[in-house]
Amino acid sequence: MSIEIPAFKIKTGTLPVLQLHILTTDMAQLKEQLALRLKLTPDFFASTPIALELSAIAESGAGLDYAELAAFMLEHGMCAAGVVGGSAGQRAAAVRAGLGLFTDAPARNIPKRDADQAPTVVHVVELHEQPELPGFSGGAAENQPADPPMAQAVAETPPVRATMVIDRPVRTGQRIYAEGGNLVVLAIVNAGAELIADGDIHVYAPMRGKAIAGAQGNEAARIFVQGMEAELLSIAGCFKVFEEGIPENVRGKPARVHLEGSRLLILPLMH
Amino acid sequence: MAKVIVITSGKGGVGKTTTSASFSSGLALRGNKTVVIDFDVGLRNLDLIMGCERRVVYDIINVINGEVSLKQALIKDKNCDNLFILPASQTRDKDALNLEGVARILEELKQSFDFIVCDSPAGIESGAFMAMYFADEALVVTNPEVSSVRDSDRILGILAAKSRRAVEGLEPVREHLLVTRYDPKRVNAGEMLSVTDIQEILRIPLLGVIPESESVLKASNSGTPAIHLDKSDVADAYRDVVGRFMGEDLPMRFVAEKAGFLKRLLGGR
Ligand SMILES: Nc1ncnc2c1ncn2[C@@H]1O[C@H](COP(=O)(O)OP(=O)(O)OP(=O)(O)O)[C@@H](O)[C@H]1O
Ligand SMILES: [Mg+2]
Repeated sequence: MSIEIPAFKIKTGTLPVLQLHILTTDMAQLKEQLALRLKLTPDFFASTPIALELSAIAESGAGLDYAELAAFMLEHGMCAAGVVGGSAGQRAAAVRAGLGLFTDAPARNIPKRDADQAPTVVHVVELHEQPELPGFSGGAAENQPADPPMAQAVAETPPVRATMVIDRPVRTGQRIYAEGGNLVVLAIVNAGAELIADGDIHVYAPMRGKAIAGAQGNEAARIFVQGMEAELLSIAGCFKVFEEGIPENVRGKPARVHLEGSRLLILPLMH
Repeated sequence: MAKVIVITSGKGGVGKTTTSASFSSGLALRGNKTVVIDFDVGLRNLDLIMGCERRVVYDIINVINGEVSLKQALIKDKNCDNLFILPASQTRDKDALNLEGVARILEELKQSFDFIVCDSPAGIESGAFMAMYFADEALVVTNPEVSSVRDSDRILGILAAKSRRAVEGLEPVREHLLVTRYDPKRVNAGEMLSVTDIQEILRIPLLGVIPESESVLKASNSGTPAIHLDKSDVADAYRDVVGRFMGEDLPMRFVAEKAGFLKRLLGGR
């Protein structure tokens, strides 16, 4: 056979994957509930590859027989492809059972900045996450493997920056970091909370905490807030605090923030 | 299904123990089998406010260490038939508590009680964490001042991210705001935050407002939870809180805000 005709190609691509969030290490209970749900929509899965999401049981560190679970799933038309999250031990056990390892969601790698003022809490939000399966009910039919042409397009254009969306209040002592992407917050951000993004930050509610956009030095990053009450604003390391209060023209109002040279400009969103 | 309710605040001295005593008494007065647990290990206050300090023989740490049974440590309340108290230890420190032991105690209590009320210590350290970890619902006790509201905000953040319900991906802990030591006169004078101000920051449902009253100190000195006081604003307010918690739709009393103040709020800033 001629060597001119390649037998394979290796490419990266972002494919949608269903995640099965495992909430218990009780195999009997898990099987029973799975079987019950699957009875309602027998053909729903049709050999769809499934990622087993283990974060809920990670802390317990308890074991689970992944081979047994995978076999059980296969009987029901679900093809366990690998695991997401989980403790080191759980991941090792999954590999032994022949499952793959999905890389952890980027939001888990929270950088340690000013360690003396370590935050108490960080929301763990997963990027690129498929919408949750509402009890496996129908309607999620488009969750089929992407068409080949689409997959190719994804692979050949530069990766789209992920956007992290937070829909719960961000409170004192909490820090959210959208690594490598944008951050959108739909609920209030209170004083003493900190938003950090390598890209832009949008807050569609009162913003009373700190907003640090372009955290890795992106000078084109911007901040948009619906109610400007921030304690601190920063883009690419240029920051501003408001000892004298926030300028009248934007105080409590929709505002946008960008960098002009080394000056941080805060402007009303609408003129 | 038994419910675990934590009374928490972050900031100290805002009225958690006062609330734990009256709230658990109110639940019991309505016929619910209720137990109130003092998690403030090392300080031990609840038994004083409930007036049972002289009957304390064993405490939560003895139970956790397996030295005595729960039954031996529980103290029956003198005012309510359905109420029991599990006191804290005065002699041990907070490290004597551990999640495993607390889990075991709660599981056992769930077998025979409707409500388990946990009086949290101040702060955000291990004692407060133990008290909140297993909560199904939380009463966040807040005084009308900025530092208290800020601490409540922090506690709400921890509840949303670190409680068992959060960690296990269950339905979130149900949050209730309880504003205590509220003095409408000082609010109107601009010396204290209004209920509206507090809600604007915390954004959780308001369960009630307890007025500032000297009778609270008198009640706790005499070892009687404030809810048992005769002709008292505070007792009425706590009864309303219990009623609302049980699902009744009761008008908010003791809030009396002047319209002008609200206008200032909306117009300003
Ligand atoms: N509604 C009220 N009016 C006036 N005084 C009050 C009221 N509620 C509580 N107090 C007083 O405030 C003080 C602190 O109350 P309490 O011990 O209940 O607070 P706590 O939050 O449990 O404190 P700690 O954080 O130390 O446990 C007590 O002296 C109590 O009498
Ligand atoms: Mg107390």
